[in-house]
Amino acid sequence: MSALPDPHNQGFRLSQLIYDTRYRSMTIQIVAMFGILSFIGWLIGNTNANLAALGKPIEFGFLGDQAGYDINQRLLDYDSQDSHLRAAFLGLLNTLLLALLGCITATILGVIIGVLRLSKNWIVARLMTVYIEAFRNIPVLLWILIVFGIMIEVMPAPRDFRSGEASMMLFDTMAVTNRGIYIPEPLFSGGFSDFSLFGDSALRFDVSTNLLIFLAVLFGGIYGARKLKKRADTIQNETGVRPTTWWQQLLVIFLPTILVLWAMGFHLGYPALKGFNFAGGTYLRNSLIALWIALSLYTAAFIAESVRAGIQAISKGQSEAAHALGISPGRTMNLVILPQALRIIIPPMISQWLNLTKNTSLAIAVGYMDLTGTLMGITLNQTGREMETLLIGMAIYLGLSLLISAAMNWYNNSVKLVER
Amino acid sequence: MPDFSYVRSEMLPEKAPPKSEVGIYGWLRTNLFSSVTNSILTVVALYFVVSLLRGVLPWAFSPTWGAESLSDCRGILHELGREGHFAGACWGVIRERWTQLLFGFYPIEALWRPLVAFILLGVAMAPVLFTSVPKKLLWFSAVFPFLCFWLIWGGSIWFPLAIFAGLLLAGVAFILVTRYSGSTLVGVIATMLVPVLWWIFFTDPVSSAVHFVLPISLEQVESQNIGGFLLAVLIGLTGVTLSLPLGVILALGRQSDLPLLKYSCVAFIEFIRGVPLITLLFVASTLLNYFMPPGTNFDLVLRVMIMVTLFASAYMAEVIRGGLAALPTGQYEAADSLGLNYWTAQRLIIMPQALKISIPGIVSTFIGLFKDTTLVGIVGLFDPILLSTNIRADQAWNGVLWELYGFIGLVFFIFCFSMSRYSMYLERKLATGHR
Repeated sequence: MSALPDPHNQGFRLSQLIYDTRYRSMTIQIVAMFGILSFIGWLIGNTNANLAALGKPIEFGFLGDQAGYDINQRLLDYDSQDSHLRAAFLGLLNTLLLALLGCITATILGVIIGVLRLSKNWIVARLMTVYIEAFRNIPVLLWILIVFGIMIEVMPAPRDFRSGEASMMLFDTMAVTNRGIYIPEPLFSGGFSDFSLFGDSALRFDVSTNLLIFLAVLFGGIYGARKLKKRADTIQNETGVRPTTWWQQLLVIFLPTILVLWAMGFHLGYPALKGFNFAGGTYLRNSLIALWIALSLYTAAFIAESVRAGIQAISKGQSEAAHALGISPGRTMNLVILPQALRIIIPPMISQWLNLTKNTSLAIAVGYMDLTGTLMGITLNQTGREMETLLIGMAIYLGLSLLISAAMNWYNNSVKLVER
Repeated sequence: MPDFSYVRSEMLPEKAPPKSEVGIYGWLRTNLFSSVTNSILTVVALYFVVSLLRGVLPWAFSPTWGAESLSDCRGILHELGREGHFAGACWGVIRERWTQLLFGFYPIEALWRPLVAFILLGVAMAPVLFTSVPKKLLWFSAVFPFLCFWLIWGGSIWFPLAIFAGLLLAGVAFILVTRYSGSTLVGVIATMLVPVLWWIFFTDPVSSAVHFVLPISLEQVESQNIGGFLLAVLIGLTGVTLSLPLGVILALGRQSDLPLLKYSCVAFIEFIRGVPLITLLFVASTLLNYFMPPGTNFDLVLRVMIMVTLFASAYMAEVIRGGLAALPTGQYEAADSLGLNYWTAQRLIIMPQALKISIPGIVSTFIGLFKDTTLVGIVGLFDPILLSTNIRADQAWNGVLWELYGFIGLVFFIFCFSMSRYSMYLERKLATGHR
């Protein structure tokens, strides 16, 4: 056998840079890198020239200045003497609060609606279709404004409670007014004092020791109950008889928690009418409630569609097999269909959660002070630092999104079907 | 033949099906009252529907079409003996302000222009949307964006036409240079250079020269007078038409083997998808001018359109990437084994199938984009929602809320719902049955 002549021993020619596939990718990349870098350089050069002409070079010192504005719904202590950084931090917490509340309710609602849409009950299925189409085809901003409008125009004013036109709900513990909703707040009269993190800085954070103890005991109880259940499983596997443990499980969870709560002097602070407004209790501002409801309903419509698609993607044989085994329709859904559908549902669900988190930035339309409202709203207007505030704000949102999708992808991988 | 009496010799007539299985009664039984839970659900749902209709219908049917102000409405309803907060809707506001909600502050005497543009839009979209329309019309679709720009913004017709001529020149340059130099690469480079040179150096003098000879122009309309659904449709349409090709490029870039291109595309897509649209709109309204050479100051509408297009193209890229990923590897390998090069394979084999798979995603991105145009109100452009706030600032209509929101919601619903129905039609039409 004669060896094939090596075709590449004629030396390097310049045209190979374009026509030889070994070098072409390198050429394209170098040209592209040159193009991209010069474009970015052009943008940065322009920006520097423009900012220098305006006399405001990029610097972040303004974050330490006094903010001078109030944040009406907040999770931590704050007053207008605090810095812009503190305001932005509280705004971020408000964003996170809204995103968390919204994701939980949207998921619950979405799963229920998605399942109901496949119901054999004609009227219920139609009703859910109407709901989904209405929310998917009308902008979320309009829904937020509509719910906000309902909160303001339809709910009674605090003074109506004085005149008796309106009354509090749930045994006088909760008041729904056009300014917001007042619910009982958990208080501890004894126990330990709070301790604060990060000292006196803008990120200072008071942590309730009592709450931590309560949570620790609660999770300890749940862990104990799981242990009991596992032991019962083992006994059942060995002997075929399952010991009754439900009351032991309940006891392990609730007895220590109640004891701890009692020891720390747990009680509820109820809202009460004082002057022209309610005092005491936890105050959820109308804008928060409106955003929460509107974002949940809106996102639920999208989640419902992915839940429906996931359930329909499970082959009919699965439910038929379950029926053939004599499993009731409800248990078929819970034990056979949903666990399988979940793998299909989770990825679109993650992107809906991300969408909800990003949509919380619409809070600015109803005056809820989230990150957009504080840092990219009032702070921007007061200091005139567009470049810096928008950079920080976008970086935070980007980090948040990447964090959520990383966490969720990790979870998604852990439940993924292992294929060969 | 003995007569066996225990064997029937003739068929029995068919029995009527049980009453509980057929007719209205049967339908009700299977669909509404098949079990106790279902019956309860039915009753609850019926109660909900009835109470909703009882609340909304009397409110909606109110003879206030001719009213001139909110107090007028209240007067009309008072005469009918209807009192209270939700006595009736005040439809007079829609009669008086519908042009504003649809067109913003567009000059009344020039309203024919957006209307003509809208009708022409239908003509231009017909060959794209439906196969039964002659394909020659696509030429009109290509000219339409420039014609639409001229109709809406006014000015001399020769300026948009000169810009369009740049695209024609690019095509001519590609054909001629490729033929005479014999190299596609030189052709591509010429195709990129010629229109840019034309736009930078020749568009202005040529269009003003032609305008001097043959002045055809419309009265100019300022951008801030364009609003309402006209603005929403304009921004949406620009985003849709430009984001699709950009999205295809980004998706291909993300799939590319060249790490540098790949990671630039990934960084762009993830950045855009990671931040809310509203922050990008803030960038458009405050920062975009900083990125341009000193002294540049271009229109807010244009800036917002750029940002919305970039935003949509990142989402579009992800949708198309999904389509590309769903394509079996065999298709790529088949193209390779036929000896097709990268671009031919993309054009003839990969993209037609990938785009077909991603139709639902593309349309829902379009719908999302169109709905998101309401956010431009936050940076001060007059989208329908900001206009409704503006109308309420008028003394006469101070306090009218639900009528305006209802109208805006209804128009959005009609637009978006018909888009989603069209996507279903397209999916059915293109389905080739191999699943």
